[in-house]
Amino acid sequence: MSTQPQVEQDLRGVAREPLVLSGRDYKWITNRICGVVENKQPLIWWLVAVPGALLSLVLLFTLVYLVSTGVGVWGLNQPIAWGWDITNFVFWIGIGHAGTLISAILFLTRQKWRTSVNRAAEAMTLFAVVCAGIYPGFHVGRFWMVWFLAPVPNANAIWQNFKSPLLWDVFAVSTYFTVSVIFWYIGLIPDLATLRDRCKPGLKKALYGIFALGWRGGNRQWRHYEMGYLLLAALSTPLVLSVHSVVSFDFATSVVPGWHTTIFPPYFVAGAIFGGFAMVLTLMIPCRAIYGLHDMLTPKHIDNMTKIIVLTGTIVGYAYLMELFIAFYGGNPFEVDAFHMRTVSGPYVWSYWAMMFCNVIAPQAFWIPWCRKNLVVVMCVCMCVNTGMWYERFVIIATTLARDFLPGQWGYYEPTWVEIAMFVGSHGLFLFLFAMFIRFLPMIAISEVKGVLPQSDPHYHPAH
Amino acid sequence: MSVITEDKVKRTWGYVAEFDTAASVYEAAKAMREGGYRRWDVHSPFPIHGMDGAMGLGPSFLSRIVFCGGLAGSLTALLLQFGTQVGLYPTIVQGKPDNLFTIPAFFPVTFELTILFSAFTILFSLLVIIRLPRLHHPLFESKLFTGFSDDKFIISVEARDPKFAREGTREFLQSIGAKQVELVEEEL
Repeated sequence: MSTQPQVEQDLRGVAREPLVLSGRDYKWITNRICGVVENKQPLIWWLVAVPGALLSLVLLFTLVYLVSTGVGVWGLNQPIAWGWDITNFVFWIGIGHAGTLISAILFLTRQKWRTSVNRAAEAMTLFAVVCAGIYPGFHVGRFWMVWFLAPVPNANAIWQNFKSPLLWDVFAVSTYFTVSVIFWYIGLIPDLATLRDRCKPGLKKALYGIFALGWRGGNRQWRHYEMGYLLLAALSTPLVLSVHSVVSFDFATSVVPGWHTTIFPPYFVAGAIFGGFAMVLTLMIPCRAIYGLHDMLTPKHIDNMTKIIVLTGTIVGYAYLMELFIAFYGGNPFEVDAFHMRTVSGPYVWSYWAMMFCNVIAPQAFWIPWCRKNLVVVMCVCMCVNTGMWYERFVIIATTLARDFLPGQWGYYEPTWVEIAMFVGSHGLFLFLFAMFIRFLPMIAISEVKGVLPQSDPHYHPAH
Repeated sequence: MSVITEDKVKRTWGYVAEFDTAASVYEAAKAMREGGYRRWDVHSPFPIHGMDGAMGLGPSFLSRIVFCGGLAGSLTALLLQFGTQVGLYPTIVQGKPDNLFTIPAFFPVTFELTILFSAFTILFSLLVIIRLPRLHHPLFESKLFTGFSDDKFIISVEARDPKFAREGTREFLQSIGAKQVELVEEEL
């Protein structure tokens, strides 16, 4: 028989690490998270927000220039009619996957560590989808005609082709955005109430009050609220998986060699989660350091996310290899040629290997615990993944289109300054929106983090 | 129970009682229920696990409404797609027929609209059920009450409760462990 202290000693090794360190209480959590909104922003916030705003103006300028001049200001031409625009669309929409994944799938699987990262990740999702939506909108050429995508009666009595994956995509992306906004907002209501209750009477209090809808945190409200949140999570889970599947149908249902593969939907979904988590870490590690959130965003959180990155990165690597294998095994000479030109002899071989290094080789570092703990390594690998996932979309789109069936249709695509400025500008918009989010809204879900503290269990007694 | 102060008429709305820990408010909620109160609530910074049971509340019925919302979404999508693709504007493209058997091509949009309609149903029916938004509530007049969004746990009892008594309820709240009790009044 072991003594009581002995048992406690033994249990310590087995027990889970606490999700909030240093034994912080409710008050500390409220003050720390609301403090980010209430206190003056540090210099580094201005260094992100101001250039972000200026780059957003660059984006606006390029869009005006594009609309007033024509879509020919992009480097697109036959045979490459999809270039950086669709690459950036898929890139941003992919980043937009981690947020709802963290909110929904990790909620259903009861991964309580999600509470510290879900709010910021959901915000990131929304802003990434905003950035994504710009590209196909302007890619149609005449932006003022995009309402033709919506199934509304028009003067020509023409209806959309619902059999087309491009229309499925319109529904998938707009549904995803709308549902993500609803999910994010419902999650925000209790925290907006916290901000409301801390404000002095005035405009700020009125605004937070209006958006908090008069939330009173009564259990008669919470029980329906929790059910609503659970249902949204349950609905968003298949939704997350469907969005990038539908995006991949844009490619997979065509007869273009290199696109016409059945592995695309799961491969795109894994890639999206992979890229999304890398972006979450890229944003949250600096935020954690700047705003002193170490007790809520613990090494355990970072460790878990890096593990997801190595898992999904390896799935993506498997998909890359499987594409090559099926090209060889399928015996279709066009398919073989497409992959030969992608990997060995084509004009974009460099981008394929950049993708391979960034997406498959670099994340393997996360098998080593030291690399998962060292934030410099984590940041470097995440930057690699962010880059690599952009290259992946570029490889899929440009290398494939550059080599059509007949050599007479071969071409080479280079972006013009307009595309480059739009790409940089969309990053500016993303950073600007994220900076505004940090400035005005609680970036960690206050009520959810409080709910995972040990003293939040009604059967908790500190004597144990 | 109306008293005239200055030129405003105030009416007792009820009591709010403050508790320090989730465990103590949980026990107090059980006592409230056993004490026979009906128009009362537990306000907490986060949902307390097991509180529905302690208060004697059943599971939320929201899911049933949402099921109907989702069904409406599926039907809308199918009507929209069959109506336009088979009825109004049939096109034979992509090797797919323009009759009933084109349905596999309609699955993605049907799926998306099911989710979309369900999500809107969740949002709006949730707001209706929990009676939000509202711009003001007598509880916001209380000094104790706003602690609920920080680190306090609040039990509120309405004067409309049949068991409510000006002195008896205060004593009862103190006896079940309330740290502070405050009378809340509303302006008429």
